[in-house]
Amino acid sequence: MFVFVVSFFTYLLFSWSGSMSIQEVTIAFALAVVISFVSSGSPGSGGFWNTKGLSLRRWWDFLYYIFGPFAMGLAQANWDVAKRVISGRINPGIVKFDPHLKTSHGRMMLANSITLTPGTLTVDVDDNGVFYIHALNLTSLTPTEEDICGVFGQWTRRITE
Amino acid sequence: MILGIFVGLLLLVSLFFNTLGVVSLYRFPDVFTRMHGATKCPTFGTLFAVFALLFYSFVRFMSSGESRFLVLFIHVFIGGVVLLISNPTGAHALARAAYRSGALPEPAAVDALEKTQKSKGGVTA
Repeated sequence: MFVFVVSFFTYLLFSWSGSMSIQEVTIAFALAVVISFVSSGSPGSGGFWNTKGLSLRRWWDFLYYIFGPFAMGLAQANWDVAKRVISGRINPGIVKFDPHLKTSHGRMMLANSITLTPGTLTVDVDDNGVFYIHALNLTSLTPTEEDICGVFGQWTRRITE
Repeated sequence: MILGIFVGLLLLVSLFFNTLGVVSLYRFPDVFTRMHGATKCPTFGTLFAVFALLFYSFVRFMSSGESRFLVLFIHVFIGGVVLLISNPTGAHALARAAYRSGALPEPAAVDALEKTQKSKGGVTA
């Protein structure tokens, strides 16, 4: 259901040009049905009628996360890396930590959050969900989750589990 | 006039961060540290360019009421969302491919991935 709703509205957004006709809605509906049936066999989707991804609380939390803690972390980290580009003071290395995420889309969301934040880069995620992070400036050789991604981990657990 | 100045300021910030991305390619020593500068700083810079365009099209739509500015607004917004999803995915794929093809982080204070690969006797799946 989640894929259906997202693809339906994405098609309408792309094709919208001032006014909406019934043909556009019909085409969007047909394409969304095709896309969601094709993708319902992929691992982790839970089948066509799975409505777990449509929870309003999760979507509200997700939007709050993107515009609140994540935007703040992004701005701070960008400023930090901008200073390091100019000064050249770096202490790079690859560290590992386990965020204890069970679902695959939770892992994807946290890995993307970490990679999008400057100064940290997800190099690998193994089968048990252990993250290998390349950090631009290490403060310790065995950092905790807070050192690497701040509050991203607990927000990801709250949204996806 | 005020709109032009504000949009210009946003574009200047965008240019600043994009320039830093280029500078970091020359200042940093290896592929991973360069990737920090070359993929992240431009993302932040490009986000500011997206904000400038969103703001511009929104104000023009409010003042003129022409729907083409609203269409511009929606398309730029979708472009920004796609950028936010595709950029970290691409950076992760590049970093992983670089590590597995033998580009080691040099210098590195610690390399946790190297230990696991040796203990498993090969590259992780």
